[in-house]
Amino acid sequence: MYNASDLRKGLKIEIDGEPYVVTVFEFSKPGKGQSLYRCKLKNMITGVIIDPTYRSGDTFKPADLSERKMQYLYNQDDEFWFMDVENYEQIVLKEDQVGDAINYLMDNLEVEILFFEDRPIGITLPNFVDLTVTKADPWAKGDSVTGDTKPITLETGYELRVPPFIEEGGKITVDTRTGEYVTRVKE
Amino acid sequence: MSPGSKNSAFEDEPAIFEKRKPHLLLRARIFQSIREFFTARGYLEIETPQLITAPAPETHIESISIQDRYLQTSPELCMKRLLALGFPKIFQIARCFRGGERGDLHLPEFSLLEWYRTGIDYRDLMKECEALFLFLSHRLDQGTRLRCRGMDIDLRAPWEKLSVQAAFDRYASVSLDQALNDNRFDPIMVEEIEPHLGVNTPTFLYDYPASMAALARLKPGCPSIAERFEIYVGGIELANGFSELNDAHEQRKRFEKELKQRALLGKGISPMPERFLKALKNMPEAAGIALGLDRLVMIFGDARTIDEVIAFAPEEV
Repeated sequence: MYNASDLRKGLKIEIDGEPYVVTVFEFSKPGKGQSLYRCKLKNMITGVIIDPTYRSGDTFKPADLSERKMQYLYNQDDEFWFMDVENYEQIVLKEDQVGDAINYLMDNLEVEILFFEDRPIGITLPNFVDLTVTKADPWAKGDSVTGDTKPITLETGYELRVPPFIEEGGKITVDTRTGEYVTRVKE
Repeated sequence: MSPGSKNSAFEDEPAIFEKRKPHLLLRARIFQSIREFFTARGYLEIETPQLITAPAPETHIESISIQDRYLQTSPELCMKRLLALGFPKIFQIARCFRGGERGDLHLPEFSLLEWYRTGIDYRDLMKECEALFLFLSHRLDQGTRLRCRGMDIDLRAPWEKLSVQAAFDRYASVSLDQALNDNRFDPIMVEEIEPHLGVNTPTFLYDYPASMAALARLKPGCPSIAERFEIYVGGIELANGFSELNDAHEQRKRFEKELKQRALLGKGISPMPERFLKALKNMPEAAGIALGLDRLVMIFGDARTIDEVIAFAPEEV
């Protein structure tokens, strides 16, 4: 159990059966009054933000969270299927739980799936993934100067801007935290 | 916190210190000016022990114990014993310790200025506070206006005076009585009232409910109110002063009530301050105040957090 005095940014606690992460935390204490712990908490499933004020004496259950290494299998409509590489157990995430990760999911990509108790609730990608360029305008040498960029489309359907020398059929590394081009992958 | 952030904090130490340096210089000037102000007014600077046997029992203040003693949470009881022994005007800059208090405005170890004077009440004390702030501002070459947290605060007397009742009527979503009944006085004070206090001038928030004053005298003819006030500047609480209770019998009852409340909340119980209670019988009418010096430096230096005005934060020791 956590006490109110354990509260800090990043702490994950359970409220009414749902996991929350502390995003803002402020200690205050008026005059000779009680200690107050003013928080903003984000529901880790729905994203809803609440701003409760706790007092000393309040206690919290740590949110039962765990991560498991899983492989992306396929998607059907808005369901995304993943498989535990050790015990072949399969789980499904909804599109809104996958979020921006949808831009980088290709078959067999290894990801971390976040579980609240036995329930899969989110996904953590590797920081860098390599993806194939499926659509890019050809680069005519001399047309562009260094620093220019052009739009391309990746195998996942993700569109981004890259340096002009990137060509269709090639592979590039993308930073999944920023969504930006990092480098060309040499085959 | 990301891995390795502890190390990078060490590497950043010179940069952090460069930012703090002006606040530390300001701090020294403020401390010197305080001594100048009180000495010129005939106050005697005194020191009392930091290690004490019995802190003032208060429901929401946690003392830290060291072997068979406690680190003082305030020098109040020892200073009042000196009043009882015949010192009429005393001040002290004291290091105080309170467990579990840590935030942008709180340190577990901090500096309090306390001063006490016989023969005056809390209204006279308010006037002395106005004079002190103007004196400091003058000494710091800041004129009569204080720029703090995006506010432009006029330090000239008289400051805004707002009773606790009026503050609830003006700013709170529920009445004072309702807040007290629901045990919601503190959250409403912090969330709904404090942000409005000390905006144009410093604010004296005064006349607290009798239940919220462990050591203050009740208003003559009005036993539901304690003659206590707090000073707010820019929404920050800076000081807590009152007309001192000098009825030993009543004081014992209040301490007993606080200790009982602590027991109910499962908090630690310290011994009854018997020497203080004995001395209180000889203490003349007086008023006294505790002013947080770290926060005072914060407002004169327009610092965002209390860490910016001290040499090392608790986590940096």
